[in-house]
Amino acid sequence: MSLTETLTALNQKELALADVVASLWKRIEEREPEIHAFIRLADPEALMRREEALSSQPLRGLPIAIKDNLTTVDLPTTCGSKSLSGFRPPFDATCVTRLKAAGAQVQGKTNLDEFAMGSSTEHSAFGSTRNPCDPDRVPGGSSGGSAAAVAAGEALAALGTDTGGSVRQPAALCGIVGLRPTYGRVSRWGLVAFASSLDTVGVLARTVRDAALVLSIIAGHDPKDATSLPLPPHDYTENLETKDLQDLKIGLPREYVPPGLSPAARGLVDRWCQALQELGAEVVEISLPLTEYALPAYYLVSSAEASANLARYDGVRYGLRVPGELMAEMMAATRTAGFGREVKRRIMLGTFALSAGYYDQYYGKAQRVRTLIAREFEAAFQEVDLILGPTSPTPAFRLGEKADPLSMYLSDVFTLPSALAGLPAISIPGGEVEGLPFGLQLIAPRLGEEKLLRAAYALEAALSA
Amino acid sequence: MDVIIGLEIHVQLATRTKLFCRCRADYFAAEPNTLTCPVCLGMPGALPVPNRKAVEYALRVAFALGSEVQPRSQFDRKNYFYPDLPKGYQITQRAVPLAVGGELVYLLDGEERRVRIRELHIEEDAGKLIHTPDGALVDMNRCGVPLVEIVTEPDLRAPREAREFLRALRTLLRHLGVSNADMEKGELRCDANLSLSQDGELGTKVEIKNLNSFRGVERALAKAAQAQAEPLSRGERVMQATYGWDETRGELLLQRQKEEAHDYRYFPEPDLVPLELSPEFLAQVKEGMPELPWARRDRFVSQYGLSARDAEVLLAEPTLADYFEQVAAGVGDGREAANWVLSEVLRYWREGPPVPAGELAELIRRVRAGRVSRTNAKQVLEEAAEGGRSLLELLESRALEQVSDEEELRRLAREAIAAHPQAAADFRAGKAQALGFLVGQVMRATRGRADAKKLSQILRELLTE
Repeated sequence: MSLTETLTALNQKELALADVVASLWKRIEEREPEIHAFIRLADPEALMRREEALSSQPLRGLPIAIKDNLTTVDLPTTCGSKSLSGFRPPFDATCVTRLKAAGAQVQGKTNLDEFAMGSSTEHSAFGSTRNPCDPDRVPGGSSGGSAAAVAAGEALAALGTDTGGSVRQPAALCGIVGLRPTYGRVSRWGLVAFASSLDTVGVLARTVRDAALVLSIIAGHDPKDATSLPLPPHDYTENLETKDLQDLKIGLPREYVPPGLSPAARGLVDRWCQALQELGAEVVEISLPLTEYALPAYYLVSSAEASANLARYDGVRYGLRVPGELMAEMMAATRTAGFGREVKRRIMLGTFALSAGYYDQYYGKAQRVRTLIAREFEAAFQEVDLILGPTSPTPAFRLGEKADPLSMYLSDVFTLPSALAGLPAISIPGGEVEGLPFGLQLIAPRLGEEKLLRAAYALEAALSA
Repeated sequence: MDVIIGLEIHVQLATRTKLFCRCRADYFAAEPNTLTCPVCLGMPGALPVPNRKAVEYALRVAFALGSEVQPRSQFDRKNYFYPDLPKGYQITQRAVPLAVGGELVYLLDGEERRVRIRELHIEEDAGKLIHTPDGALVDMNRCGVPLVEIVTEPDLRAPREAREFLRALRTLLRHLGVSNADMEKGELRCDANLSLSQDGELGTKVEIKNLNSFRGVERALAKAAQAQAEPLSRGERVMQATYGWDETRGELLLQRQKEEAHDYRYFPEPDLVPLELSPEFLAQVKEGMPELPWARRDRFVSQYGLSARDAEVLLAEPTLADYFEQVAAGVGDGREAANWVLSEVLRYWREGPPVPAGELAELIRRVRAGRVSRTNAKQVLEEAAEGGRSLLELLESRALEQVSDEEELRRLAREAIAAHPQAAADFRAGKAQALGFLVGQVMRATRGRADAKKLSQILRELLTE
């Protein structure tokens, strides 16, 4: 059952909150030992007990899973890192506060690549998460725990974070919906920073409508985040249903259908175009020639920011501390023990990219590329309303298959450019390749969530028919 | 050999709250770690939001120095590890500071000297380490307190000039109402660069860090100049070095030789948007500017007829200048008010005025009206100032009101003549001093309250009748 259907059943008294919680936990008992989507779960009894208190709220006490890099006062927030093992934040993330205010409850904290750095959820200090569609495969990442929980039926919906594709790619690999809003649409207060200029809070859900519903609750201006856009709340479920998409022109960048894409994947892309045309939309081929530069630009900018953002895990005030004779030794020992390999790799890369004598060549250049990519999208959106393509070049890969970091990074090639430009984008189930889910991505111009969700909603129906 | 000095000055802004959070900023005398929150402690997920008042205060300084305000400045991260720096970076302005250029004119032995300003920017303060026998403790109260850093061009030519320049800057800051600028409390901190130039050729630069008294600035610079002059006169080279200053022992402490390559890896702070200053906001700040000390000095000279020297003394403290103006308004005579304030009040001036301006004005008025003698007035002022009692109450209780009533004086004069017939006879016989004796008798009887001028006139009348 989707989140929306569950709410309807609750409203019509066909179900009680206790029934919903019980069935979710039944599912968790069945699947969780194998999947390992959660780092920590709430007490189901406690969730059930609040039925009455929350029965008049829009979300009626329904549990929502929260990625473990969003702060919660109820449960520890670890970011999948040893450095924050057992860390209890003193405040809730704004998105969590808003969910609670709407009557939702924190179901648990989902697994992720350490500090959201990764595309497979293999880089968690608390073990890997597995793909519910095939437990030998990864769920994608870094919001792999959130995606797997929703895909396995362990959660009705989940929050994730998307820095370079961390909501969309796992949604694609697990066969669910993943929405990344415009940068600044949802407050970052309480999102433990990886790359501040790219980090967004997104939604993983079973349906487009569910994603729109959750977005409506968490979006809106927050004075606690200086980069939060001064926009009023909005109900994104309002205008989802339309007869057709006749008013839309969809661009398919030839760079998003590269020669290396499998014939099965190409076949799906053709099918999507056909479905869109049947819905009345016009599909045109476009070109985004800077696509190939997004990956290096992304890894330089995000790693540079990460190198500063992760400096605070020094053992002085909270989290892990490994004793040392001198202050500097304590800090070095703490950071050596607290961070995993991938995090260290990115801190090193980012530190290097910002160093005197290299700044201009690496960080400076990456920022210039980023500006050019944003302009390239702006120009494209002069011609088309939305951009279509696969979310990730391949379906879910096997655990351990991408040991080489670069091959792992390449699974994000289609999500990185829009992330660099701060654009909203969505991944919906687009069919199967090799018997595994394959995601369809739509990208919209800045603040184009309504159009994005309307098209995704129509396509979702057309493709599942 | 010419001494070349440039200063980097940190000014603590007297805002109610910190630069990026709502914690109280006046940490002086507060219990350690009581003025903190997730933002200034650098907790995971916390974000900075700039303090508008701090920007306004910094702009006041920029306007007063005639600096060119950048309509779009930017915050940057300065990265380094230290236990008193919770985020592992300091938020400062580097690439595009708030303002550039400008100058400060100060007086040296009554002569105007000017020092050019290179730039002025806003940044956050770090915490403090407290060293104990058991190790170092950290107090985070100061973290995030707003600072303005003012960097001068190397325009100072003697240690004494540096001291006088700093004094003038302190006066300016106090008049602007943006800082108490007390060096002892660390509200005004100074780093100095010094080099000796020979035959127009610039010498090696030494830096002296953390000077926190005017005397210290002058002494440390004199010491540094001397230390350079000796090897130079022997034809030896000077080592580039950074020193601390031991105030009690009056010694420079070598901190490091040569410029250790500190790489702070500055980059734009992604948690903050650029500081865009609208023409309206700038106009509003300009409108709210208090009168500048040099304009006020000119006005004191023209409006009250004060000497430039007296005006200068009154303007050293804005509270003193304000006090003077209140007294002047109450008395209706600026020069008279200045005489009293400078010759009588100033010596009792501690943190503030010894007696309220209204009371002093009243006292001066009574003296001018002949109701209280000048001698008695000064004595009462002293008692009020030192005993902390009300000036007017003292005046009443001591019955110091001068006896100037014609009838009363006539009665007293007759009594004196009757009591001392010999003196009366002496006077009539041409002994003029005898009048003084009789005046003295009346004065003694009235404990000095008789109006001496009127009394001698009356005595003369009675004796020559």
